Amino acid sequence: MTEPIVNDLTIQAATVNGSGSQTANLVLTRAIFHMGVPVAPKNVFPSNIEGLPTWYQLRITPEGHMARSDKVDVLVAFNVATWRQDLTTVRAGGVVIHEEAFSTAEARTDVTYYAVPFSKLAKAKIQSDTLRKQLANMIYVGVVAGVLGIPWEALEHGVRRQFLAKPKAVPINLDAIKVGYDYWQDNFSKEDPYRLEAMTGRVEGKALVEGNQAAALGALMGGASVVAWYPITPSSSLCEYFIAYSDRFRVDPKTGEKLVSVVQAEDELAAVGMAIGAGWAGARAFTSTSGPGISLMAEFSGLAYYAEVPVVIFDIQRIGPSTGLPTRTSQADIGFVYTLSHGDTKHIVLLPGTVEECYEFARDAFDYADRFQTPIFVLSDLDLGMNLWMTPEFKYPEKPFDRGKVLSKDDLEKVAGEWARYRDVDKDGVTYRTLPGTDHPAAGYFTRGSGHDENARYTEGADAYANNMDRLVRKLETARHALPAPVIDEAGSSVGLIAFGSTHAAVVEARETLLSAGQAIDYLRVRALPLSDDVAAFVERHERVYVAEQNRDGQLFDIVRLALPPALVDRVRSIRHYNGQPIPAAAIIEPLMDREAVPA
Amino acid sequence: MSATVNHVGLPRDAYKGAATTLCAGCGHNSITNHMIKALYELGVEPHLLAKMSGIGCSSKTPAYFVETAHGFNGVHGRMPALTTGAHLANRQLIMLGVSGDGDTASIGLGQFMHLIRRNVDCTYIIEDNGTYGLTKGQFSATADLGSMQKKGAVNTFQPIDPCAVALALGCSFVARSFSGDGKQVVPLIKAAIAHRGTAILDIVSPCVTFNDHDGSTKSYSWVKDHEESIADVSFIPFFEEVHVDYEPGTVRDVRLHDGSHIVLKKLGEDHDPTNRQAAIRVIEEARAEGHLVTGLLYVDTAMADFASTEEIPQRPLKDLGEAELRLSREQFAQFMSEFA
Ligand SMILES: Cc1ncc(C[n+]2csc(CCOP(=O)(O)OP(=O)(O)O)c2C)c(N)n1
Ligand code: SF4
Ligand SMILES: [Mg+2]
Repeated sequence: MTEPIVNDLTIQAATVNGSGSQTANLVLTRAIFHMGVPVAPKNVFPSNIEGLPTWYQLRITPEGHMARSDKVDVLVAFNVATWRQDLTTVRAGGVVIHEEAFSTAEARTDVTYYAVPFSKLAKAKIQSDTLRKQLANMIYVGVVAGVLGIPWEALEHGVRRQFLAKPKAVPINLDAIKVGYDYWQDNFSKEDPYRLEAMTGRVEGKALVEGNQAAALGALMGGASVVAWYPITPSSSLCEYFIAYSDRFRVDPKTGEKLVSVVQAEDELAAVGMAIGAGWAGARAFTSTSGPGISLMAEFSGLAYYAEVPVVIFDIQRIGPSTGLPTRTSQADIGFVYTLSHGDTKHIVLLPGTVEECYEFARDAFDYADRFQTPIFVLSDLDLGMNLWMTPEFKYPEKPFDRGKVLSKDDLEKVAGEWARYRDVDKDGVTYRTLPGTDHPAAGYFTRGSGHDENARYTEGADAYANNMDRLVRKLETARHALPAPVIDEAGSSVGLIAFGSTHAAVVEARETLLSAGQAIDYLRVRALPLSDDVAAFVERHERVYVAEQNRDGQLFDIVRLALPPALVDRVRSIRHYNGQPIPAAAIIEPLMDREAVPA
Repeated sequence: MSATVNHVGLPRDAYKGAATTLCAGCGHNSITNHMIKALYELGVEPHLLAKMSGIGCSSKTPAYFVETAHGFNGVHGRMPALTTGAHLANRQLIMLGVSGDGDTASIGLGQFMHLIRRNVDCTYIIEDNGTYGLTKGQFSATADLGSMQKKGAVNTFQPIDPCAVALALGCSFVARSFSGDGKQVVPLIKAAIAHRGTAILDIVSPCVTFNDHDGSTKSYSWVKDHEESIADVSFIPFFEEVHVDYEPGTVRDVRLHDGSHIVLKKLGEDHDPTNRQAAIRVIEEARAEGHLVTGLLYVDTAMADFASTEEIPQRPLKDLGEAELRLSREQFAQFMSEFA
């Protein structure tokens, strides 16, 4: 037997959608995490409720890499329909745990097979007819645990953690795992090099959280009190978590009343309209959707931009149309969202790159919306939003809400009613607003799109329109300096890399790999649009700068080039990944190796 | 000289708005005047009024009454969504929506229906001229089959009757009137505002520029010839005593949520406004006979409105602060620990 490979492997479970495999995968994930070993799960699922193939990848690395890997070390083959194809993904020397009934005749000979009679075991050992299909998946958890040496105590923890809300389910699931665990002990001896061993120093103080959970918590802590949404994968879980958290934390203990209103709207037009209506009336409001829903929100986003109404809009990006790959990840909405709507619109877009930032940016988005009286888009994606990520625990906010420039009745009295809704008193482009219900005769005004003067009175006057447009530019300039600055990590390399959002995980790993191959790469992670001046300065400091992103046309690449002085434009190159799978580090390493001539 | 004031101490002028920019003689202008009268007589406090609208000549009219109130001229057909959101943010506001027939029955039909389905507490006025005024006279979905455009084109499609749609959806308040009939429109606006739930008021409102000719069924002369009122409507606000001097048996009295009353004096055959089937029948019969039936068609004062069903506090959600909206430090720490 070759050298043992410890805590550095990728498990891939190929199963059938709707068969309960996700629970088994999560138990396995939590058990390994409990051993102190870093895990990075990626769920690749079809747009289907039951029957189509689904894959769950569990990446395990001592360094805690969180990007998807293209190489499978341990395959759990549970789906006969994809069995032959799945077999080709395993690296030479890898392990294949498969249903005994799947034929290995003429199959690869460079992998270790463990054939397990899963169906027979399920029939013989699982008493409950109704639960047999679900629990059969737990049998493979037991087998994997046997092969890799996951201690029983960790499995117990994994099951208990997974069934926190259903403690009754713990013993039957553990029994099913035991079936697989015992079968492996009784029938096989270890023939492969892969092992898991408890470790310390990597996962302490960390939690496993989905980006959408983090964003839902952020919205709750940001004070969202009116929410309107229309279901769409991969955004639905954000609102569903928000509802669950609200049921727990937003009920008035004295009256039993809800301190929040969540409406499942009739479509995304209505959803964003309700959120804008609520924002106009002074509540912190949001909606959450994905690309097709963003398309429907285009008109209203323009109105909110021109009428200057605060609202937060989450876009959990996926691949484009509803017929296609709606359950696969992508970063291809960034260009569309940035200038969403008619006319001269340009929006503030927050770009969280980690689960912790999903929490923080969701929370702070409401401050930005109120401060700048405009829609704030928060762009996440399916990979970040729906997968579990290891994250440091989130911090409790130390600052109170920033409700922006809102004039109360007393404020209006102080200025003797002398105010104008769209007058730039502070010369920062941000004007003062009043809320409906303010008991002062000067408070009311009629909100409309672009055809208004400083006093919000109707006009189609050329100067009034142009002046207002210029002020909106000033406002965006003010905002640009207040938004989350890029995170820069540089050590004087001549080569730089720019990325945003979930691509971050692959960049981190790619830089480590390239550094050990002798090529240091400096890194700037964009966290908001419009771009900070730091971006041009970063390009200035480097000879060549690569923009890596998950879309076909290099949308951030274009946005970056537009922000550069002409002399710098040629320094920027594009790396694009767009097959619906979360970007692996290899997609960044390989082009850089090629173009920067790093000896592989 | 002390001006006459209403019960909140405001003169009638306090309910005026900017000068209208609509065509002289437009039915919508008459509705604006009825609105001013109704709001003044009701004593609505301007700062509590939220005037919402979509896009169209009709949707411009909120600028022409109660200038000191807040208003929102939204996007075409989406007034219901803005209204729903604003209402949820602040239940204290009196939501008054103004829309057109294109705004409601074409581009906005979905939102119109879902607003009714939720029974959001608001008044929804359709200034119904059977045409697209602002885009210069195209047919709207409420134009009657066989009615004619100014240039002679004949409408070949069945009309959508907003009142019939509202009734089919179980709307809690459905009424129809005619912009030229202030005696009927004013009490209906008041009743719609006093009602808690979605109140639909379809007011036929001739477009003098594009749809007031022979061949139109939304012209002044056609409506004058074909209007059939189902009852005389009076409205008695909660701050006035009910005293009815009609013959017993000839009136119906409907008590609304805030203690005000709608008193309906029977005209000919008695219509029971609490009977939905009867309301649907009245509409169908009038349609078959080529009449326009006006008055209070249906009211249900028992149906819970949206915010009540959703158990939202009376205190505006917009006024809640960190203490109510954020988890406490302890709750947050406990919650985070559950992710470990
Ligand atoms: C999305 C969109 N499509 C089209 C228009 C153009 N438009 C403006 S008003 C209008 C029709 C208004 O008709 P109606 O609601 O009946 O109002 P009226 O002018 O008759 O009072 C249209 C189609 C628009 N403003 N927005
Ligand atoms: S075009 Fe018709 S609806 Fe518009 S203002 Fe003139 S008369 Fe009124
Ligand atoms: Mg019209």
